[in-house]
Amino acid sequence: MKKLSARRRHPLAAVVVLLLALVGTGGAYALLAPTSKAQADETSQSLTIEEGKKLFSVSCASCHGTGGQGSSDGPSLVGVGAASVDFQVGTGRMPAATSQGPQVVAKKNIFTQAQIDQLAAYVASLGAGPEVPTSEQYGPDGADIAKGGELFRTNCAQCHNFVGSGGALTKGKFAPSLEGVAPKHIYEAMQTGPQNMPSFPDTTLSEKNKKDIIAYLDAVNSPKTVNPGGLNLGGLGPVSEGLFAWIFGLGALIAVAVWVAARTAKAKKS
Amino acid sequence: MSTTENTESRERGKAPAGERVADWADGRLGIYSLAKSNMRKIFPDHWSFMLGEVCMYSFIIIILTGVYLTLFFHPSMNEVVYHGSYVPLQGQMMSEAFNSTLHISFDVRGGLLIRQIHHWAALIFLAGMFVHMMRVFFTGAFRKPREINWLFGFLLFVLGMFTGFTGYSLPDDLLSGTGVRFTEGAILSMPIVGTYISFFLFGGQFPGHDFVARFYSIHILLLPGIMLGLMVGHLILVFYHKHTQFAGPGKSEKNVVGMPLLPVYMAKAGGFFFLVFGVIAAIAATTQINPIWAMGPYRPDQVSTGAQPDWYMGFAEGLIRYMPGWEINFWGHTLVLGVFIPLVLFGLVLGAIALYPFIESWVTGDKSEHHILDRPRNAPTRTGFGVAWVTVYMIGLIGGGNDLIATHFHLSINDVTWFVRIFFFAGPVIAFIATKRICLGLQRRDRDKVLHGRETGIIKRLPHGEFIEVHEPLSQEQLHTLTAHHQYEPAQVGPAVDENGVERKIKGSEKLRAKLSGAYYGEDNQIPKPTVEEYKEITSGHGHH
Repeated sequence: MKKLSARRRHPLAAVVVLLLALVGTGGAYALLAPTSKAQADETSQSLTIEEGKKLFSVSCASCHGTGGQGSSDGPSLVGVGAASVDFQVGTGRMPAATSQGPQVVAKKNIFTQAQIDQLAAYVASLGAGPEVPTSEQYGPDGADIAKGGELFRTNCAQCHNFVGSGGALTKGKFAPSLEGVAPKHIYEAMQTGPQNMPSFPDTTLSEKNKKDIIAYLDAVNSPKTVNPGGLNLGGLGPVSEGLFAWIFGLGALIAVAVWVAARTAKAKKS
Repeated sequence: MSTTENTESRERGKAPAGERVADWADGRLGIYSLAKSNMRKIFPDHWSFMLGEVCMYSFIIIILTGVYLTLFFHPSMNEVVYHGSYVPLQGQMMSEAFNSTLHISFDVRGGLLIRQIHHWAALIFLAGMFVHMMRVFFTGAFRKPREINWLFGFLLFVLGMFTGFTGYSLPDDLLSGTGVRFTEGAILSMPIVGTYISFFLFGGQFPGHDFVARFYSIHILLLPGIMLGLMVGHLILVFYHKHTQFAGPGKSEKNVVGMPLLPVYMAKAGGFFFLVFGVIAAIAATTQINPIWAMGPYRPDQVSTGAQPDWYMGFAEGLIRYMPGWEINFWGHTLVLGVFIPLVLFGLVLGAIALYPFIESWVTGDKSEHHILDRPRNAPTRTGFGVAWVTVYMIGLIGGGNDLIATHFHLSINDVTWFVRIFFFAGPVIAFIATKRICLGLQRRDRDKVLHGRETGIIKRLPHGEFIEVHEPLSQEQLHTLTAHHQYEPAQVGPAVDENGVERKIKGSEKLRAKLSGAYYGEDNQIPKPTVEEYKEITSGHGHH
């Protein structure tokens, strides 16, 4: 450093600085050009991407290719966007097991949110795509729960059931239960359409619509939901109710009948 | 009626008030002779004879709670905006029917509890009727003289299904609306008349503005009225025929061994009513059923996955779900076989069990009265048929819940559907054969027990070193119970020539009957029960086997 500081007044210093600045800017531009918006803190962003790339090459590249271009084992990630990464990794779906059956299922997330952000930044740098929503976008403020319910029944209930208890799709695939899914992940799923789910971009379901749906799910299918009638038997409708009626209803009554019939009026033996 | 003046008691002073009231009533209603003939009516004790009571009591509970619900329910499809206390629906357009059901659930005192008692009791009523019907079937209680009562019971079950269906359709929620749409589809699949019936039922295009009001009068008046009448008839016939009983010492075709109606059965049955009410109320108080607020109001453009009917319509749902979506075009008319065939099968499956008693009595030619019940093993062909029928029914239920079975057992819904398709045909055959073998095995075991006694599990070593297991002879009572059943000879085709020696024409039905009769009572289809001679020979000092 001494050398550098010693020569900072060299006549060519300005030229060198200019050159370095040009190379730096050009390089950063080459790295950052695909993202749709300029980042505020460019150095930290490029660091994040760098870190994300490292994580990517360890955890994702074996299927998605070293540059996220995809392979026979996994699709290209160019243009899927940060929201997609945040959803897939945040819900533990990615990285997937080598043999995952008909559909990749949610499991325990093995990354910290910081690492997910790094991965997301790297994948976002490959091509423009939906961004991770802000808490303002998926938060409950200003949401219309009833409207959300109507939208949910129109757009989501076909696969996810009335209140998001989940349902079957063809050949072992299924629409998962939405109970306990983070609002951010629900938002991202709507935005990006993971696996069999269609995507609902803002042109189909506006930001407000998404907010309404999330607020509805929070009201009817979350740990704080109150079931006025008691145990909700999984919220699966008449099949679980019927099983319950047979096993616990008629079962209990038959047990009672056996008990009553066993107590017959007999003459006392003295 | 005791119309003679009792002058002597007058002289001794007035009779007690109760007696005077009874006298007054007897003079007008003839209650004394009625009571005399019925108060000491005998009922045998067995838990399975109380299944019918479960049905009757849950029916009474349904009527009582249903009356309460009618006080608050508005059977109208006029559209209103919801302003009640359930937040996630506030501001939504819905029919008055749905609105008033929400009102009952959230704003009427005790409304939700009563609704849940009503609905749980309905599920248990139908389940109780199913099990009661199977008890009657497997013990042969439907035989002469009780065939008509069997049909009464069957009609109660079928009408119960439709009363339930029209009932759960009333709230006009998204789940039941889907079910009504399903029904409309089934009606439309009927050739020629389908469209007309559908337009007649819904007052035009589905869903229209009429069906809730129409289902309402069907649900609260027409069907329960008929059911109440049938139930009274059912009970009168039970009284008239007297109750059946299982074979045992002292029990014959001519008597009934048990306890008198008064006071024993009145106390027992009365107490049992409250136990049934208690169990249903406890379930209703703790367990949610049909949360219509979660399903939302019906709109024909919305649908949810996991849309199933209540369990008693589940096998119809299954028939539709596993039927391939066939359709044929016939002179410009589409015949939707994918829906119409299940509709026909629905009737055939139910009809098969209803008509079975008549088929059996024709095949076996048995015209005698039966008051002693069969043990299911002693009628292997009937038991096999019954299990095969239950198998078809259960396969339908599995098919109706194929999506939930797929998600909860991590299977492919396509595999579940194919399993159900194959086992719709194979299941009953396998069930029939397996059940019959098991019955025959049990008959052999009974025979062994009668002839050789009960295996005690005690091993004895004889002086010359041989080990034998000690068999304990059965008691006289047990011997009677195991050998009380009558074994029939298979019907034969009549002689080929008539009494004049002229060759007789043998009808095809006669041959068929002889063949079927052989399937009931032929050599390999029942194990001859031990005769007295066999028993004497074995027990007369040849020692143990």
